[in-house]
Amino acid sequence: MEAGTPYQPKGAWLALETVAAWLLAILWILPLAYAVWTAFHPGEYSTRFVLTAPLTLENFSRAWAAAPFARYFLNTFILVTMVLACQLVLCTLAAYAFARYEFPGRGLAFALVLAQLMIMPDVLIVENYKTMSKLGLLDTIPAIALPYVASAFGIFLLRQTFKTVPKELDDAARVEGAGPLETLWRVYVPLARPTYLAYGLVSVSFHWNNFLWPLIVTNSVESRPLTVGLQVFSSSDQGIDWSVICAATLMTSAPLLIGFLLFQRQFVQGFMRAGIK
Amino acid sequence: MNRRSMSAIHGWLLLLPAMAFLVLFTHWPALSTIIDSFYSTPKARRPARFVGAENYEQMLSDPVFWQSLSNNFWFAVGTIPTSIGLAILMALWVNDRLIGRTALRMAFFTPTILPMIAVANIWLFFFTPQYGLLEQVRGIFSMSPQNWLGSPDTALLAVIIVAIWKEAGFFMIFYLAALQAMPPSLAEAARIEGASRWTFFRRVQLPLLMPTTLFVLVNAFIGAFRTIDHIVVMTRGGPDNASALLLFHIYTVGFSFWDTGYAAALTVVLLAILAAIAFIQYGVLERRVHYR
Repeated sequence: MEAGTPYQPKGAWLALETVAAWLLAILWILPLAYAVWTAFHPGEYSTRFVLTAPLTLENFSRAWAAAPFARYFLNTFILVTMVLACQLVLCTLAAYAFARYEFPGRGLAFALVLAQLMIMPDVLIVENYKTMSKLGLLDTIPAIALPYVASAFGIFLLRQTFKTVPKELDDAARVEGAGPLETLWRVYVPLARPTYLAYGLVSVSFHWNNFLWPLIVTNSVESRPLTVGLQVFSSSDQGIDWSVICAATLMTSAPLLIGFLLFQRQFVQGFMRAGIK
Repeated sequence: MNRRSMSAIHGWLLLLPAMAFLVLFTHWPALSTIIDSFYSTPKARRPARFVGAENYEQMLSDPVFWQSLSNNFWFAVGTIPTSIGLAILMALWVNDRLIGRTALRMAFFTPTILPMIAVANIWLFFFTPQYGLLEQVRGIFSMSPQNWLGSPDTALLAVIIVAIWKEAGFFMIFYLAALQAMPPSLAEAARIEGASRWTFFRRVQLPLLMPTTLFVLVNAFIGAFRTIDHIVVMTRGGPDNASALLLFHIYTVGFSFWDTGYAAALTVVLLAILAAIAFIQYGVLERRVHYR
């Protein structure tokens, strides 16, 4: 499509739409813009917007000192890595089975997998808590990760991708004497790279942001991810200092935000691919 | 061993690890929720015993359950149509060649990738009485002070606004993809027929966006029943349970009162709602929308 599509707005109408679109965009970015303003200025400017307000990094250092954020960062990093690594392995194997193997009960098994798209671990908090307690995993990072490692969404996405791989490539590898796993690794995985990237971005941002389950299942600094740490920090009764809370909030979101700014296209396409079934 | 049974064994072996985790953390908990809902909550000296429908009777007479259900209904009604409408509008704008469309797309999409818990903190300040941003703006126009999150009349509305803001940009990208996939010849044909832009949108674009709308609708419904991060941060279900959603009530019953038997019964209701959404999606809507 080029600029000359018949329904491209023109003249006054174009101006009107542009202004409206920009107003909405400003409204949409306002909370973030406000957080940036407050975090980088001294507390007394948190509701006074003057251009001459001095810049400062003090809010960040105060937030960093007030709670073990370094540990929270480490926990979240371990969490998202653990979840993604397990998801990639489990989903790849299962997707390959669904895409290229005939076996009795395949239809039923696939339906059971898809059931997880509707009944996510997020709503089974009471029972999963009991399971973790029985496994003796309460208040550990694996307890946060385990309910999510077999992802129906990942299996579905990879199955769709694997199905597009020409059968001849599979056969050729088999003729050369490659077993199922070697064929999977040499033929399917390399061809599915864009899907892996898309899925990885969605998975990492989901688990970076996940809150309720980690809140329930963790109880100490050693296992709490950033989101829960931020909540503990900002709901404590040490008097509400908005500048420090905004700084902590920005720190928590910064890695994703920077990643998004750098890989905007991949992010948008990743989320989009995630939705189109 | 013949090729067929070899293939069956390989297939199951490949599937086994994922299936084990799915059964352990999705299928089994879903089933045991139903079983546990007929048992009492185990206490230190008293193990769980079969109580029949007692938990469900308790539920029927629990005013907070009914309120959280109706809150959840209004939350869905408040968030879903508005965010879908906004998403279509955003997608149309970004799809048109407006100035700075990349920046527009980024602004609309950014809330999607921010942690809900973090943005809820910022919104919390917007809604703070007296010195919050919203109150200061209202002060300029000398409007009467309002405690947005502290008043039962506005608390639910406040969390609805946050949910719309968070979701609309996410839904936008699906509409954008659908708009970009439409062949340009449609617009040309409509123009030759003399259709106005509004007619083109209503008669051509909107019907072709139906599969996208269905997909977004299902996602939005599930989201309305499973996201409560902003409730935990902003209102804790208050004041007077005015903003308690069903999952939040489950969370409170299960992990503040530790009444797991009753929490299981509440979870069964939530599972039934999700199953109903799935049934409507696959059974009814999908058949009517899929004409492509």
